[in-house]
Amino acid sequence: MTYVIVGSCIKDDSCIEVCPVDCIHPKPGARDFETAEQLYIDPEVCIDCDACVEACPVDAIFPEGELPEKFSYALELNGEFFAEQSTADRTAA
Amino acid sequence: MAAPRVAIVGAGPAGAFAAAAIKRISGEAEIDLYERLPTPWGLLRAGVAPDHQEIKRLQDTFERQTLRRGCRFLGNVEVGVDVHHSELAELYSAVVYATGAQTDKSLGIPGEDLPGSWAATEFVAWYNGHPDFRGREFDLSARRAVVIGNGNVAADVIRVLTRDPDELARTDIADHALEALRASAIEEVVVLGRRGPAQAAFTSAELRELGRLDGVALHVDPEAAELDPVSAQWLAEEGTFTARKNVELLQGFAASPPNAGAPRRIELRFLTSPVEIRGDGRVEAVDVRRNELTRSDDGTLRARAVDGPVETIEAGLVLRSVGYRAVPLPDVPFDERSFVLPNEAGRALTPEGDPLPGVYAVGWIKRGPTGILGTNKRDAEETVARLAEDLREGRLHEPPADARERIDALLAERAPGAVSADGWRAIDALERERGRSAERPRVKLTTRDELTAAAAP
Repeated sequence: MTYVIVGSCIKDDSCIEVCPVDCIHPKPGARDFETAEQLYIDPEVCIDCDACVEACPVDAIFPEGELPEKFSYALELNGEFFAEQSTADRTAA
Repeated sequence: MAAPRVAIVGAGPAGAFAAAAIKRISGEAEIDLYERLPTPWGLLRAGVAPDHQEIKRLQDTFERQTLRRGCRFLGNVEVGVDVHHSELAELYSAVVYATGAQTDKSLGIPGEDLPGSWAATEFVAWYNGHPDFRGREFDLSARRAVVIGNGNVAADVIRVLTRDPDELARTDIADHALEALRASAIEEVVVLGRRGPAQAAFTSAELRELGRLDGVALHVDPEAAELDPVSAQWLAEEGTFTARKNVELLQGFAASPPNAGAPRRIELRFLTSPVEIRGDGRVEAVDVRRNELTRSDDGTLRARAVDGPVETIEAGLVLRSVGYRAVPLPDVPFDERSFVLPNEAGRALTPEGDPLPGVYAVGWIKRGPTGILGTNKRDAEETVARLAEDLREGRLHEPPADARERIDALLAERAPGAVSADGWRAIDALERERGRSAERPRVKLTTRDELTAAAAP
């Protein structure tokens, strides 16, 4: 399981501050932070602790199993953000 | 470090994040949030679209982090009219400007000011119940509207123009707007983007939403969704995750047959610029021209008109959404070229470029109209770090001991209709109460008289 951030994210970084495993990106200061339209949760790292859900001021984070239908696209999108990143890192390395 | 007395001018998201950030470093700080309107939270109330209610929950965070922590709300008070900068400078240790960007960029084409051609932000303020826009009358009797621009404001007005009014009726859209939209004859919204699909400023979430509206066919011409060689190279080398998603979505829309039989239609057009808005006494048509993209010397991609025929799109309503612009503030520096309060990381600068401790900027008046809501949190933290440094270094003026009594006396005399935090809570409670019976999040009060009457103790 993982948690998922949907498109109503306002890039307030409250979730990043509380995440115990640092799985929410991009972080302020990162190269792609300013151009990112939202934050994403790395499904490979997320431990389903629920801390980000509590912290989000606009309720933009859901457990995978409770994702509303209109946001169903977001599960794949969150994963894809990290898949692309690791490809970019491999290419750069 | 003694607690500062701070005046924040503008209670929108930037002002609220600044107040919260000051409270985090100095819980004892006395903060007064000045606001021209009787209600706080700026564009969260008057800008964020009514069908994006979830974002409006941020107001609970603002309330908790500012008003519940003792910040005073001074609504319906206009700095520069009711109270002046020199008075704030004397009676507070610091003045933080968070006034946003209150006007629109113009297109600079003939016919822009014809009746029926509006800044999209006027339409937004009207449907969101901003009291200064209550009296605007948008003529929605034509079959087609043209929206110029590809950003988030454009996405909002496209949805509001095409969404089924029964869906909008479940939101906090202003009643006068709902009534007008129920009678709207608009069946088609043509959206013009100056650059190509890869450069559209929509977020992919907004674009995806446009493709999923009930009763709306989203049309993208397959040819228009193809990338020109300059864009293809740009996307591969420098494109963002969002830009790649947008191109995928647009090509997907182009490849799938639009929702046949849908009563309303959106057409997204790219590499197209308006050259003239025409009509006899009011908008009747928009003349457009094709563009091509070229890479300029600084590496940015620019749209350039190509030779070819001018095409005419008949339309009765034009909404221009090509960006906001800040307006000068009375008695504080203003940069007329970049349209911001000149500053270094939020600390104001004199016209000569020297630091001006005690005067700060946050939000759009500081950095220009970019970023999203959460951007203001970090922006506010940066400004407040400068304020804290000036406080620590003894660079802030010490207000007189009776400063608070003097400000209150001055406001009692000049702004008798001022709205307090309790006044705002009374407005909020009444609006939510009115909403409950209608199964809506709230029914907004939309005139200053109604708002101040609801706020009166």
